Amino acid sequence: MSTEIPVTTGQTDAAAIATKATLAGEKSQARGGYLRGWSGTVLTIIVILIGILWSIPTFGLFVASFLPPQLITTIGWWQGLTMPWTFTIQNYQNVIQANGMGQAFINSLIISIPGTIFPMLLGAFAAYAFAWMKFPGRDWIFFGVVALLVVPSQIALGPMYTLFSSIGLTGTYFAVWIAHTAFGLPFAVFLLRNFFAALPKDLMESAHIDGASTWRVFWTIVLPLSVPALASLAIFQFMWVWNDLLVALIFLGGSPSVAPITLAVAEQVGTYGQNYQILTAAAFLSMALPLIVFFSMQRYFVRGILAGSVKG
Amino acid sequence: MAMIAKGQSPETVLPQKKKPGGKQKGQESRISWSAWIWIAPAVILLLAFFIYPLIQTIILSFEKTDLLGNVTGFVGWQNYREIFTDPNLLNTLKNNLIWLVLATVLTVGLGLIIAVLVDRVKIEAVVKSMLFIPMAISATAAGIIWRFVYAYVPTGNGNEYGLLNAFLGLFGAAPQAWVTDQRFATFSLIVIYVWIWTGFCMVIISAALKGIPDDVIEAAKMDGAGRFTMFWRIMVPMIGPTLGVVITTMVINVLKIFDVVYVVTGGNYGTNVVAVQFFQEYFLNSQYGIGSALAILLTIAILPVMVINIRRMRAEERTR
Repeated sequence: MSTEIPVTTGQTDAAAIATKATLAGEKSQARGGYLRGWSGTVLTIIVILIGILWSIPTFGLFVASFLPPQLITTIGWWQGLTMPWTFTIQNYQNVIQANGMGQAFINSLIISIPGTIFPMLLGAFAAYAFAWMKFPGRDWIFFGVVALLVVPSQIALGPMYTLFSSIGLTGTYFAVWIAHTAFGLPFAVFLLRNFFAALPKDLMESAHIDGASTWRVFWTIVLPLSVPALASLAIFQFMWVWNDLLVALIFLGGSPSVAPITLAVAEQVGTYGQNYQILTAAAFLSMALPLIVFFSMQRYFVRGILAGSVKG
Repeated sequence: MAMIAKGQSPETVLPQKKKPGGKQKGQESRISWSAWIWIAPAVILLLAFFIYPLIQTIILSFEKTDLLGNVTGFVGWQNYREIFTDPNLLNTLKNNLIWLVLATVLTVGLGLIIAVLVDRVKIEAVVKSMLFIPMAISATAAGIIWRFVYAYVPTGNGNEYGLLNAFLGLFGAAPQAWVTDQRFATFSLIVIYVWIWTGFCMVIISAALKGIPDDVIEAAKMDGAGRFTMFWRIMVPMIGPTLGVVITTMVINVLKIFDVVYVVTGGNYGTNVVAVQFFQEYFLNSQYGIGSALAILLTIAILPVMVINIRRMRAEERTR
């Protein structure tokens, strides 16, 4: 589980060598020598401390979720770490069995998977046109789409709720899919268009000369070459949709049979505001999948984002 | 500028073919009308979910509604005037300003510092993961996580199970109600936000730092550049474009801050922010007029940042 930041291997090695060299007392090797005077050890310790500091809150919840219910708010979780251990998986069993969390987890998947794929697909279509086709007003429409990032998405909730209610869409997954697709589009178009535009022109041209249709070029050349951008977009969009509370709250209308896990957890907060044994385990369960997605796709992450946002 | 950005992510940017000084990016020279079909689904959805609500909101912001939420008539600028005179609403605006300054400076600043520190450490990848994890956690879960940091048990009422109060207790400090005490609440929320977003800033800045060519660092060192000169004169300018992107992204995000506040305090204890207050006025109080005026003000506040962003994009476009 490591963040594999896509650096050229040479540089990673250089950094490693630099650290070793400094340890050996031989300073200012390769890059990073700018912090000379600080030994590698001191730096390593500082960095580790920062990492630990960042992890403590999550770790605390993790420990608390395994404490017996009566202890969660009567002792500090750190006190629970001392022997003898009293850890139990009771909280998790309670959550999974009693509160429809299993259903909520499945509902979240039903919402998140199309909620990730739709905006990527529609965004990719539009981005392709913006990057490689010529039509009047192209740049203005593209910048207009990007400018929509300023609009707080909350303002769409009221009018769209009214509209969806009038055609009977509220309370269905369809409403949530459409909403997530729309909200995800400006970022998707922005990221993908910049990535697509950087693809080698010759490749496109030769494909066209070979008689490939635009449609074919899109599926066989553009998309396969854009995996890094698509992957980082997928991570973002999936995390947004999975972690969303508001869209589900408004468009699903609080029916537990279709409620995603965030809504179910938030409900627990409302109903059992102080029922920590449910809250801790439920919160942890809700985090599991986005973390897995993130760690399995992270090596694409920075590559895609960087290429999409900062390009010369 | 283009050079730096290109060097920045050797592997990320696929080879770009540019005709020197020629037309903009490669495209077919013929106008392709089928392009409209490619963009149509996206454009229709965006019109429905952004433009139509935006127009509705603008209209509503000039109207007044009764207690049942029925529009009672056009009132001109009255809703806007109310926002700038009502002490409650003014406090909301003030909070957004505090958020804007503190949250942006802290996320980008810490992201930059940590990116520099982590740059030459062996366990870089592990530390980066540790910092990035909060990004993958929902606001709801983050709210529960931080309950165990901020929890407050008045002295004598039992064991402190909140980490912060327990820690400060070691030094004899009295426990504080971090989330429900007006003096601390907004800052406590900002800390949660910074915890979530610093990793994002750090990862992107770090990738840019990797792109600074070694010889630049070496040359500066030869010239006897000290630690701070190196940081401010070499590193920061070299990653300027990336810093610009990170800062504008964060300003937009922070101005629209909603979820952390909504989940943790619900805007109570003097912590309300514009997006949350809009939501409450609109969906709970049926004060469509005030709510809409707030949303429009928020959009206008973000607009200049977006203009800067688009200008930069257009400039980069020209160097393509």
